[in-house]
Amino acid sequence: MNIAVTPPVDKPGSNQRPAMYYYDHFDRDFVQERVAEFRNQVERRLSGALSEDEFRPHRLMNGLYLQLHAYMLRVAVPYGTVSSDQMRQLALIADKWDKGYGHFTTRQNIQFNWPQLKDVPDILQALADVEMHAIQTSGNCIRNVTADHFAGAAADELEDPRPTAELIRQWSTNHPEYTYLPRKFKLALTGSTADRAAVMLHDIGLRIVKNPEGDIGYTVIVGGGLGRTPMVGKLVKDFLPRADLLAYLAAILSVYNRYGRRDNKYKARIKILVHETGLEAFKAEVEAEYAAMDRSGTNADPAELARIAAYFASPVFETVDAGDLEVHKAAHPDFARFVDTNVAPHKANGYAIVTASIKPYGGVPGDVTSAQMRLLAAVADQYSCREMRISHEQNVIFPHVKQSDLFALWQMLKTDDLATANAGLITDIIACPGMDYCALATARSIPIAQEISKLFANEERQKLIGKLGIKISGCINACGHHHIAAIGILGLEKSGKESYQITLGGDPTFSASIGERLGPGLDAEEVPHVIDSLVNIYLQQRQGDELFIDTYRRVGQAPFKPALEREVEDGSDI
Amino acid sequence: MALISEGKFIPDIWHHAAPEAAIADHTILPLERIAEATGAFGVLLPNDAEIAAIKPFLGTVSVIAINFPAFTDGRGFSLARLVRRAGFTGELRAFGNVLPDQYAAILACGFDTVEISPERAARQPEANWTAALGGRDHAYQRGYHTKVSILNRRRAAK
Amino acid sequence: MAKFKHPQILTCSDLITGDVMFMQEGDWNRDHRRAKVAHTEEEAAALLARGLADFAKNRVIDVYLVDIAISADGHPEPIHYREKIRTLGPTMRLDLGKQAEATFAGDI
Ligand code: SF4
Repeated sequence: MNIAVTPPVDKPGSNQRPAMYYYDHFDRDFVQERVAEFRNQVERRLSGALSEDEFRPHRLMNGLYLQLHAYMLRVAVPYGTVSSDQMRQLALIADKWDKGYGHFTTRQNIQFNWPQLKDVPDILQALADVEMHAIQTSGNCIRNVTADHFAGAAADELEDPRPTAELIRQWSTNHPEYTYLPRKFKLALTGSTADRAAVMLHDIGLRIVKNPEGDIGYTVIVGGGLGRTPMVGKLVKDFLPRADLLAYLAAILSVYNRYGRRDNKYKARIKILVHETGLEAFKAEVEAEYAAMDRSGTNADPAELARIAAYFASPVFETVDAGDLEVHKAAHPDFARFVDTNVAPHKANGYAIVTASIKPYGGVPGDVTSAQMRLLAAVADQYSCREMRISHEQNVIFPHVKQSDLFALWQMLKTDDLATANAGLITDIIACPGMDYCALATARSIPIAQEISKLFANEERQKLIGKLGIKISGCINACGHHHIAAIGILGLEKSGKESYQITLGGDPTFSASIGERLGPGLDAEEVPHVIDSLVNIYLQQRQGDELFIDTYRRVGQAPFKPALEREVEDGSDI
Repeated sequence: MALISEGKFIPDIWHHAAPEAAIADHTILPLERIAEATGAFGVLLPNDAEIAAIKPFLGTVSVIAINFPAFTDGRGFSLARLVRRAGFTGELRAFGNVLPDQYAAILACGFDTVEISPERAARQPEANWTAALGGRDHAYQRGYHTKVSILNRRRAAK
Repeated sequence: MAKFKHPQILTCSDLITGDVMFMQEGDWNRDHRRAKVAHTEEEAAALLARGLADFAKNRVIDVYLVDIAISADGHPEPIHYREKIRTLGPTMRLDLGKQAEATFAGDI
C-alpha cells in the first residue's frame, strides 16, 4: 500500500519544504469525507431534515458559529504551525468568501467573521486542498491541540512537542466515544523548560520530560482552565511512559465522559469534576480504568509516533554568522529595538526566532488583512523555511531565521505594519473579539485594547516598563485569558452599561496563578488611566528588573489599590 | 418505534414493558423491573448505569438497550464500550435520541441497532441511515468497531 | 418571559447568509429602522409567533424580541448597546457591517 509522503509543491528557487506534518492518503480521504459530510448536513439543514437544534452541534464541530453580525468560521491551525502555502490559501479564503481579513485567536486558530452558510462547504474544500480543516474547533469535544509556538526552534527545548500533538490531533479527531462530552476539552503541550503553552491552564496539560533513567515521557496535568471558575491544573501523573500516552488520555476521557456534570454547563468542565471528586479519588478512577482497559489495543504503535516525528525533523541549518546584524542595529535604532523585543534565541548557532507583531499601536489585536497574510507567507518563503507559527499571544512567529537575514526580514515586515517592536511588552495586548463580534459577549474588548495600546505607544516608556502582559476578555468565558495576565481586564455589563473589572497577578507559566480582583468595575473611559496608574505604581514598587508578577507577589495588592481611588477623584473633577 | 439495523428499518420482535402491565416473552424491561423478567428478556439502561448493576443477569439477558436522553449526551457511547468489555455478546441497542450523523460512532462503540421514535424516523428516514452507513469509512482510533482504523492500516502497510 | 417594559421589534439571523434581519410589515428586512414596532405585550407576542413560524420553516434562526425606543426622527432604535451594535457592525471597523452600506447611511 502506498503511504508515501506527499511531495510538497516546490516553488521555483526554493527547494526547502517546511518541516511539518503532511497528510498521507488516509488523512486526505478522511478530511475529504468530512467535507462531503458537512455539505450533506448543510443540505439536510436547508431541507429541514435536520432541525437547528440538531444541526448546531454539527456546525459547531466544523467550527461554524453564529455571531452577532454573521456566521463565523474558526479554522484549525494545529499547534499553530502553518506553511506559507496554507497562509496564502487563508488569504484567498478571506478575499473570496469573507471581507478580506482574518483574526488569530488565543488558541492558535484563525477566524473568519463573515462567511455565509451556503459557502462554508466550499471553504472547507479550499482548506482541505491545502491540508487544513475546521474540525473540532468548537463543540463539546476534544478541541484542536495547542503547543509551544517556539516548538522545534527554541534553545531551551527538550523535545519538539508537535509530533505528540499531531498524534493526539489524529487520535482525538472524530473520536467515536469522546465527541459528545459534557463540555469542550482542551489540551496543550510543551517540550521546553519555559512554559509558553499555558499547560497548567488546560483540561489536560502535557509536559515532555526525561526521567532519571533517561527515558522521555510526559508529566500529566489535569483540570486547569479559565472561564467562570478559573483553576490551576493538578498533577495526576509525574511520569507517563511515552508509549502509554493514548491509553492514559483515553482513561481520563472515559472518566470525564461518564462522570462529568451535564446538569449545569458552568460546572461541566473536567476541572469541576476533579474539584468535586477530589484529586485522589479522581486519580484512582483514572488508574482503575487504565488498569481495566485494553491499553495495547488503544495505544498507537511506537512506529506511528516515529513516522509522524520524521516530518518534523529540523531543517538543515547552515553554519552562518550574524553578518552585518550589529552594523544594521547601530545604524537603525528602531531595528535595534525590534531585535531586542521581537527576536528570541534559536537552538542553532547563527539563527533566531522572530515574532511578527499583529499588535500595531491602536490596531485590532490579532487581525490581519489578506495582503498581510500574503506578505507573511512571502517572508516565510524567503527567510523562514516556508513555515510560520500562530502564537497564543495572537502574533505570527518565524521559527527559523538566519540572524544575517534579520534586517532584510524586518524591512519587509515594516512595509505592511507587521514590525511593531512590542512582543511581550505592554502593548502586546491579548484581546478576544468581545462584543464587536461575539454573540456571548457582555462588553467590548477590542476598543479597550486599542486605547491602552495608543496610551503606551511610546517605545522608550515601554522599554522602561519591560515585559508586562495585559489580557482582555469580553465576558466570563475568558477567551482573552484575562485571569492569567499580570493585568487582566474583564468586560461585564452593569445596569445597561459596559463595566470593566481589573485583576492583578495572573501567571500563565508553570508557576501559574489566577489573577485577583482589584476592586469594583470601571467605565470604559476610565480603564486606560487606571492601567496607567497601576503601571506607575509598579514602577515605583519594583526592585531591580523584577517582573510585575514578582513585585505583585512580594508587595501584595494593597499598594495597587490607590490606582482605582485616584480614578474616582479624577473622575469627580470632570 | 423504528428499529434500524445495518442501515435498514427492520421489524422488531421486541417490545418495551408497558407501565404496570404484566411482562411477556421478548420484553425489554427497565432496570428496576428486571425481577419480573420472563422468557427471553431485554433491559433498558439509563446511560449512567454502572456495570455492577447488570452483572447479575449479563449471561441471560438477550438485548441491552442504552437510553440516549439527548443526542448531545455522550455517556451512552462509553457505557456501550463497557457493556461489551464486560462480555455481553447479545444485541446492543442505542435507544432514543440519536442522529444518523452519529451512526458510525454508535456502531464503533459496539452497538448493533438503533431504536428511534416514529417522529424522528419520519424526519430522518431510512435513506439517511443507509447513507450514514456509507459516509464515514475512516477512523483514527484503534479498539473500536470502525470500518477502517487508519492506525491499524498504517501499521499493516509497514 | 420578561415583563413588557418598552416597545419591541423582532430580530433574527438569516439561515443561509447569517445576516441580521428585522421583521417589517410584510416580511424580514435588513434595516431595523423599517421594523414593525410592537407597542403592547400582545403585539409583541404576535410578532414573535410570526418569527418563530419562519424558524420552523427553516428560513431564519435566533429569533428574539429587542427593546427599543423611538428616535427623534421617528425610527425604532434598540436600547441595549449589544443590540445597537448588532444594527451597525463592529464599532471599531466602520467600514464593515450595515453601517458601511450606503443604504443605511441616508434616509430610508
Ligand atoms: S471571552 Fe466571551 S466575549 Fe470574548 S470571545 Fe470568548 S465568549 Fe466571546
